[in-house]
Amino acid sequence: MSLDINTKKAKKNAYRISKVRGIGASRIRVPGGYLKAEILGMVQKIAETYGNGIVHLTTRQGFEIEGIRLEDMDAINQMLQPIIELLDINQTEKGGGYPASGTRNVSACIGNNVCPFANYNTAEFAKRIEKAVFPNDLHFKIALTGCPNDCAKVRLHDFGIIGMTLPQYDPSRCVACKACIKGCKNFSVDALRMENYKIIRDTQKCIGCGVCVTKCPTRAFTRSKKKYYRLSIMGRTGKRNPRLGKDFLVWADEDSIVKIILNTYRFVKEYIDPGAPGGKEHIGYIIDRTGFAEYKKWALEGVELLPETMVSECIYWDGIHYD
Amino acid sequence: MGYQMPRAAANRLFKRLLEHYDIIAPKVFTGEGCFSDTDIVRYGKVSSLSEIEFEKKSDYSFKEALLPVNETLFYFTEDQTSVPSIQEKKRLVFLRSCELHALRRLDTIYLDNGREDFYYKRLREKTLFVLIGCPESCDTGFCVSMGTNRTDSYDLYLNVSPETVWADCRSPELDRFFSPLSEDAKETAAICQVSPKFPDKNKETVTLPASFPEDILSHPIWERYGNRCTGCGRCNFVCPTCTCFTMQDIHYRDNENVGERRRVWASCQVDGYTDIAGGGGFRKSQSDRLRFKVLHKICDFEKRFDHQMCVGCGRCEAVCPEYISYIHIINTLAKEDA
Repeated sequence: MSLDINTKKAKKNAYRISKVRGIGASRIRVPGGYLKAEILGMVQKIAETYGNGIVHLTTRQGFEIEGIRLEDMDAINQMLQPIIELLDINQTEKGGGYPASGTRNVSACIGNNVCPFANYNTAEFAKRIEKAVFPNDLHFKIALTGCPNDCAKVRLHDFGIIGMTLPQYDPSRCVACKACIKGCKNFSVDALRMENYKIIRDTQKCIGCGVCVTKCPTRAFTRSKKKYYRLSIMGRTGKRNPRLGKDFLVWADEDSIVKIILNTYRFVKEYIDPGAPGGKEHIGYIIDRTGFAEYKKWALEGVELLPETMVSECIYWDGIHYD
Repeated sequence: MGYQMPRAAANRLFKRLLEHYDIIAPKVFTGEGCFSDTDIVRYGKVSSLSEIEFEKKSDYSFKEALLPVNETLFYFTEDQTSVPSIQEKKRLVFLRSCELHALRRLDTIYLDNGREDFYYKRLREKTLFVLIGCPESCDTGFCVSMGTNRTDSYDLYLNVSPETVWADCRSPELDRFFSPLSEDAKETAAICQVSPKFPDKNKETVTLPASFPEDILSHPIWERYGNRCTGCGRCNFVCPTCTCFTMQDIHYRDNENVGERRRVWASCQVDGYTDIAGGGGFRKSQSDRLRFKVLHKICDFEKRFDHQMCVGCGRCEAVCPEYISYIHIINTLAKEDA
């Protein structure tokens, strides 16, 4: 049977061209990996109607429905519509499926909906970022994690957002039980010590993980009203030079992070290698070319950082070089 | 005397009370819970009726109103000491029936246990107590089992709804604020019969062991739960009847001959509590500490003072991060004893 498929268009429409001729896979984005259970039933229905009954849970917290025939893409797009609407994904044409796939699903750890260590609602922030950046064909990987444990491995992403809290200490409620000191030493960075039976926090060392707050039995340590984030940038996997992201901002706010990500799209449009295959080039390689100073200029344009936000003067990435 | 008044009138009355009293009540501290985006209910000064949390049982008890977490006993210089003064203003403390019973335990320890405690007494004498009713039992309380679900030893009882406030005032000192006969309140309050709402049953029932034979000390239950306990001390800090403190002598950094002596809440579950000079300690394992606490609450205290220590407020049950159930421990001991 003859098949005439525009594979570029299909890929952009969030379909994978598989190794079996005529067979592809439908990829469903789930910002923050957070979804109503009823969507699972919808995914099942597509997999059993048009696929081979198998669904892969993707590394970026989406679904990939295997074994679909590429000529069924239009019909599948119709079935994807309620999923797209329930997950509130930006769309250009109703019933047309996903309008882009370059900017990957924004993934996140479970966050403070469930986890006692998390410092914020990762799913909500993931959705906010998704609304701001999608649809976009540029290859951006963004991930969020609730605390510096980094269960979401955000340091392997172009943008890694790590939740922080600025511990608030009320000495009049402190009983010098040392639970915070032990907690910080055993689970974090050993930034607390006691002097005259009260706690002194080494502000240079403290990473804002919040362990002292969860360990405190009297509410002497509490969380700051403001939520803070560490923004790690330009981590990546891949063939040439895989590396961990490095801190760009510490004690940053949500608004600034969203603006910096949007500014980065403008930067990439300006400096991406026009010959990059499929218009896909990791942002990190572009910054390697332009230099961090140029990127920083673009990234911070129009961004009003909090007075307490620390900005890295310069960043040197390392990682493993195979190139 | 019982009174009924519109909420707006009660709000005005509250303002008048504030001119004469500091009002200390359970209130919601938004975002100050243990985990992110969680709240905590604990005691603090309030400036309006609506600031008071009447529904949810406070996570920490009223005791900090009479026993501050940190209290400076005296300041010292090289040859002198001075006791800090307390403010002149009297105080109203809002609490529930179980806690009014806990107040009796605090009095037992600090006033009727040999020499009166100067610091407790001076705060206690400046304090009047306002009862919050419990139309429904809280989740973990077992006040009915402990006989602490009812009380008449309050100065004032308030039942607050969005439109109406009912009060039962037993204190002549406070009555002038309510009585329609007085200048202060004549246009607002109507006299009526007001009875506090008390729970007659709880979700939890606790049976105390009928006896405490010697071999209870080596019961395997202590080891079983002791292995789960992390010794954080939360059960003590939230308990309205735990009264232990430790001493801290603070020598100021700039002049070590000058400083202050404080007493600070202590917990029999936290490391250091039984430490003695020379590095010894009486209860090194969490099992021993847990056994000590449970038996102190339901056996040892009663032997000495003829009433139970535990009032069944259920806070220790609700707060334990390791889900160690004090209720289950007691009921298990009672079942085996029977």
